Amino acid sequence: MNYHSVVCVKQVPDTNRITGNPMKDDGTVNRAALEAIANPDDMHALEAALEIRDHHGGSVSVITMGPPRAAEVLREALYRGADDGYLISDERAAGSDTLATSYVLACAVKKLSPDMVFCGRRTIDGDNAQVGPQLAEKTELTLITYVDSLVAVEDRTVTARRDLDTGWELVAAELPVLMTVAHTANTPRPPSVKRMMKLKKARSRPEIVEKLMRDADWPDKTSLKTAVDRRAAELEKHGLLIQSWTLDDIGAKPGRCGLRGSPTKIHRVQSIVFTAAEQKRFRNDEAGVSELIGLLIKDHTIR
Amino acid sequence: MGNYFTDNDDILFLFEHADLPSASVVMENGFHSSKTIDFAPENAADAMDNYFRILKMLGELAADVIAPTAEATDRIGNRLNPDGSVTYAPGIADALDRLGRADLMGFTLPYEYGGLNCPQLLYVMAIDIVSRADASLAVFFGLQGIADTIERFASKTLKERYLPDLASGRTTAAMVLTEPDAGSDLQSIRLRAYQSENKEWFVHGVKRFITNGCGDVLLVLARSEPGTMDGRGLSLFVVDRSDKVKVRRLDDKLGIHGSPTCELFFDHAPAKLVGKRRRGLTPYVTNLLNKTRVAIAAQSLGIGEAAYRAAREFAHTRGGFGDTIEKIPAVRELLVDMSVDLQAARALTYLAGLHLDYDSAIFRRAVPVERDAAGQKKIAAMLSAMGKYYASEMSVRVANKALAVLGGSGYMRDYPVERHVRDSRITTIYEGTTQIQIVTAYRPVLAGVAKSVIGELTDRDWMGDEAELVDNLREGVGLLDRAADYINGRRDQSYSDLHSRRIVDMACVLIVGALFCRYAEFNDAKMTVAKRWLDTKLPELHLSCDAICSGNRSVLDRFDVLAGRVSHGD
Repeated sequence: MNYHSVVCVKQVPDTNRITGNPMKDDGTVNRAALEAIANPDDMHALEAALEIRDHHGGSVSVITMGPPRAAEVLREALYRGADDGYLISDERAAGSDTLATSYVLACAVKKLSPDMVFCGRRTIDGDNAQVGPQLAEKTELTLITYVDSLVAVEDRTVTARRDLDTGWELVAAELPVLMTVAHTANTPRPPSVKRMMKLKKARSRPEIVEKLMRDADWPDKTSLKTAVDRRAAELEKHGLLIQSWTLDDIGAKPGRCGLRGSPTKIHRVQSIVFTAAEQKRFRNDEAGVSELIGLLIKDHTIR
Repeated sequence: MGNYFTDNDDILFLFEHADLPSASVVMENGFHSSKTIDFAPENAADAMDNYFRILKMLGELAADVIAPTAEATDRIGNRLNPDGSVTYAPGIADALDRLGRADLMGFTLPYEYGGLNCPQLLYVMAIDIVSRADASLAVFFGLQGIADTIERFASKTLKERYLPDLASGRTTAAMVLTEPDAGSDLQSIRLRAYQSENKEWFVHGVKRFITNGCGDVLLVLARSEPGTMDGRGLSLFVVDRSDKVKVRRLDDKLGIHGSPTCELFFDHAPAKLVGKRRRGLTPYVTNLLNKTRVAIAAQSLGIGEAAYRAAREFAHTRGGFGDTIEKIPAVRELLVDMSVDLQAARALTYLAGLHLDYDSAIFRRAVPVERDAAGQKKIAAMLSAMGKYYASEMSVRVANKALAVLGGSGYMRDYPVERHVRDSRITTIYEGTTQIQIVTAYRPVLAGVAKSVIGELTDRDWMGDEAELVDNLREGVGLLDRAADYINGRRDQSYSDLHSRRIVDMACVLIVGALFCRYAEFNDAKMTVAKRWLDTKLPELHLSCDAICSGNRSVLDRFDVLAGRVSHGD
């Protein structure tokens, strides 16, 4: 029995490795100060899908929605062994909140009709943990959240352990299912160097367009399109073309996408800067630990 | 979330400035492979981009996955099972699996055998990074010279049989040289190799201190010519792991607990001859040792780096005497000496790596290198020995000083520094002890090879601050000349041997000095390091030169008095 999995990944600013001021004065994220990376939990989702493929056979497709440069996370997934990647890139989808995003992803997932869909538990930029569950709702897939370990996949049944914070829960579900995967589920494999050296040259159409427009002035759309088609065909010949979809390709209604499809209103954004004012060392013994606990209770860090 | 490549300014600097592009050019030989191998680089820039990606990925793996397991690996070690198999520590087993799946176990092997065809110089950087995470793992990751030796000297049949599995990490290898009565002195190896009536080879006897002797592919040096006593009676064999090869015991040792050190008994085990008979020691094992020595030098760099960072961070945060202890001049000097020593060892080791690439290129006849083969071989052999000597001794010094900075805390197992001290100590012993490296390096130094390397690095006009540095360096070269002339003129072998370490030390200081002069052009930090190096080393060079030219033979002539008698007890 082999399975087709789809993994949803997102390119995010690396909030774990901040190199400058992370917030602009207007309260939005200063992306220039933050390296763009694949959302960490998504790499655990990918690993879960790859492990199933390695044990049972089948394939792993990776999808992402974003601007042309978001294809980098697809390449990252391809280096690690994903079979194919799809970039959903459409200006009409810009500014999507979780509702609109999950709608777009749902349209794409339905087109691929997989046995299993994997999402990271949450992203490190938005930190909503909503897209996975919303996507399950819209695709009518059984939802298993907080997957801590995939226990077994047998025939059409998946058994997973959920991390409930206060304990674990073992659940079994009939395929197809959608799982949101926690970072404790596995340690993602490193990229294969050979795949990386080859596939670093893979490009999607939106990236080709962007590059050609940057490199030259084009008199009209037709000549640009001809050049894009030529480059895409060349890449495809060497297995280096990353699939890309517009909203029309996946049958998404523009009114439900982007800012128009996003009811979320940001009330206020606060830039909270934690600074270490002072440091204190505690002895590595019972007395030291008691002193630390006492202080943490006193300043209400713990109760 | 860390990265042992991108957080290391020194490795990043050398990635840019240690002639890696020229290594890529000789390894890729015109970049023809890109037409047939879909991942091969198209040009030097493409290769450099690949190299950067490889180290970045490895740096992340080292920091996030490997380093957190090092402490447990040190505690758990390996287990010899009743069936004779050996179970690695979980961290080692997992890391080997990941390194194999990431295609990193055939780092320098050619494409046709499943390798990445990367330069030795890049491989040296990779070992440096991995060893900082776990010195034990480096003995697995860093022994790819074994596969290189099969690639260079074995038949096509053997290559096709062994190399793809080694490159993918499906199998691991061991170099099986040492015997109970033959350590540094490989000429006296006794393990018997013989042929049956139908010309099949077998080996019989005992080997000990074999790193990863439980591996699948054993490269064995054995005496194939009965009645011979020296290296010319030795041949090299590949032996498969089987029930004819028994791991008799695992050694319980001071450090690198994740590395299984085995005593092996070959019970008339089937063997396959590598290359030609009688060539086992020279040139095959000699060639292998050039590579593995540089690998151990790189391992030493990683250990030194880990120890230095632990000390630097501790001194920066530890309070004492009303401030942090890094404000204390004595602590500052410890840290500065460690940092400069580490950078010196890295510069020298990477230069050795680069010259191994030139040597390989000549061997593969790939050469756009304008060098004669014999001259290049001498330079590569000298630099390998020097790099191993200097870097391994550096790691012992730096780990020891790191422990000094941490004081009592450093002596405890709560901090990793005591492990670095224990792990560092082996680097001056295996793949040839420090004394053996000195023996290997000092004849070429006396013959002027070191001077030619220095000349190659510095023979041009220098401007500004660098000119002053180079003047100091040339003063030092004059001292080496004087010392070498004195020794050469004296024609006293034992006196010459007595001062071999001083001679090699002087050469190491000057080659590093020449590299530092070049690096000083690129940034202020390297300029400051270069000045510090020459300021502190020039007086030492005078001292060494004086000692050598003193003609004092008391260590040789009055040994019994100075060392005292051996007490035989009652």
